[in-house]
Amino acid sequence: MSSNNTAPAPTGRRWVWFHRFGSPAWIYGFSTRWAPVCGWIAVVLFAAGLYLGLVVAPPDYQMGDSYRIIYIHVPSAWLSMSSYAAMAVAAGVGLVWHLKVADLVARSIAPLGAMFTFCALFTGSLWGKPTWGTYWVWDARLTSELVLLFLFIGYMALSAAIEDRRTAARASAILALVGVINLPIIHFSVEWWNTLHQGSTVTQLGRPTMDTRMLVPLLVMFLAFNFYFAGAVFNRLRGELLHHERRTRWVQELAHG
Amino acid sequence: MTDHDQASSAQSLWSGFLSLLRRDLRIALRERNDLVQPVLFFVVVVSLFPLSVAPDRQLLQDAGPGIIWVSALLATLLALDSMFRPDYEDGSLEQLALSPQPLSLLVLAKAAAHWLASAVPLIVVSPLLAMLMQLPGNATGVLALSLVLGTPALSLIGAVGVGLTVGIRRNGVLLSLLVLPLYVPALIFGAGAVQSVMISQDPTPHLLLLAAFSLFTLAVCPLAAAAAIRISLN
Repeated sequence: MSSNNTAPAPTGRRWVWFHRFGSPAWIYGFSTRWAPVCGWIAVVLFAAGLYLGLVVAPPDYQMGDSYRIIYIHVPSAWLSMSSYAAMAVAAGVGLVWHLKVADLVARSIAPLGAMFTFCALFTGSLWGKPTWGTYWVWDARLTSELVLLFLFIGYMALSAAIEDRRTAARASAILALVGVINLPIIHFSVEWWNTLHQGSTVTQLGRPTMDTRMLVPLLVMFLAFNFYFAGAVFNRLRGELLHHERRTRWVQELAHG
Repeated sequence: MTDHDQASSAQSLWSGFLSLLRRDLRIALRERNDLVQPVLFFVVVVSLFPLSVAPDRQLLQDAGPGIIWVSALLATLLALDSMFRPDYEDGSLEQLALSPQPLSLLVLAKAAAHWLASAVPLIVVSPLLAMLMQLPGNATGVLALSLVLGTPALSLIGAVGVGLTVGIRRNGVLLSLLVLPLYVPALIFGAGAVQSVMISQDPTPHLLLLAAFSLFTLAVCPLAAAAAIRISLN
């Protein structure tokens, strides 16, 4: 199905690889092939990372076993920020070069990013209860993560509110770009606000030296999250592509044959 | 463009900016309700807080700067939609987009008119609210100054939000969802400046950062808002 390529014939050999990215049919075939691959790699890495993290890694001398939530929490937090950046890049590419596949990629990333952000906040508060004695602390990182969640929700709300998909993609791309410029400013302002008002009460989150047996599972989990993210984006992208291209011949052929 | 046009382009930019500013201000002055309602809203919201917590002097002093700043954010939000909507509905926004002046400059003029019509009244009544919140005299001046420095950023960021949502029919809640998270730095530095005076610290760093934030939005937001309007007009 990936053979009936709808892209115009590329002019120079050097740009062949680039032209493919503009072709929905090619991207569809590519995502169909790679989504399960990424998914299975993620499953294996999740299993390995959770085993290493929950069984092999020693308990923390201060926090006991409750620290182990970092194996979910920290990768979620990393992914939440990098997926916002990825979404903004995809949206910007779509806006500037009118590449509809890039618009669809941005649209596919948004709910996943919101999910990672929510996971980071949720696991953070679960960890906060035994460690800080409260579910929520107005810590700088927690607060900017919360603002990030609001930005994701705003992006999704805007793109859902505009009926025409093309306009929705372009408008929400501008919002994503404004957001990505503002994120560092928000982060630093929140950090500064926090240090000014209540001092650094929660700096034990920083671990300057970490046992290798604790660090390795974290990195494995980080990789697992990344592969899960890639697989999920490919899968969501397939849905977006089919919807967007539902009137074209290659989708009709796919549906009927 | 002919040579003559190019020679007088700087002048025509300025005159386009000024005439749009004058027009918007004249409209704002004639629509008294739009001018007065955000101020009344500001006063009412702030005066609800002592009723909801306690009329305790220390409590009000601690929370006052934040309450006044949050209420100012909400009051500017209330007036935001009128920045582009009437022009969108009667078609003059399309004419503005077609005019020879860059749309970003015209957006800047509209944001400036919005600031003059909706934020300046808030700044004028802010000493009254400072008194209601039992703020000491020196904090009153810093509060007004922080509003002077910070509210331009609110109008400018708001212009982007309104530009994005002007084509959507029921956009009130959506607009606040888009814009309020981006207001966070202004809120932090604005309320922080007043609070630092009250604990007898120097408010200058807060005020400088607030001014920097406003200048930054001045550079970025007109361009983003112009792009947003072009998309909404599509």
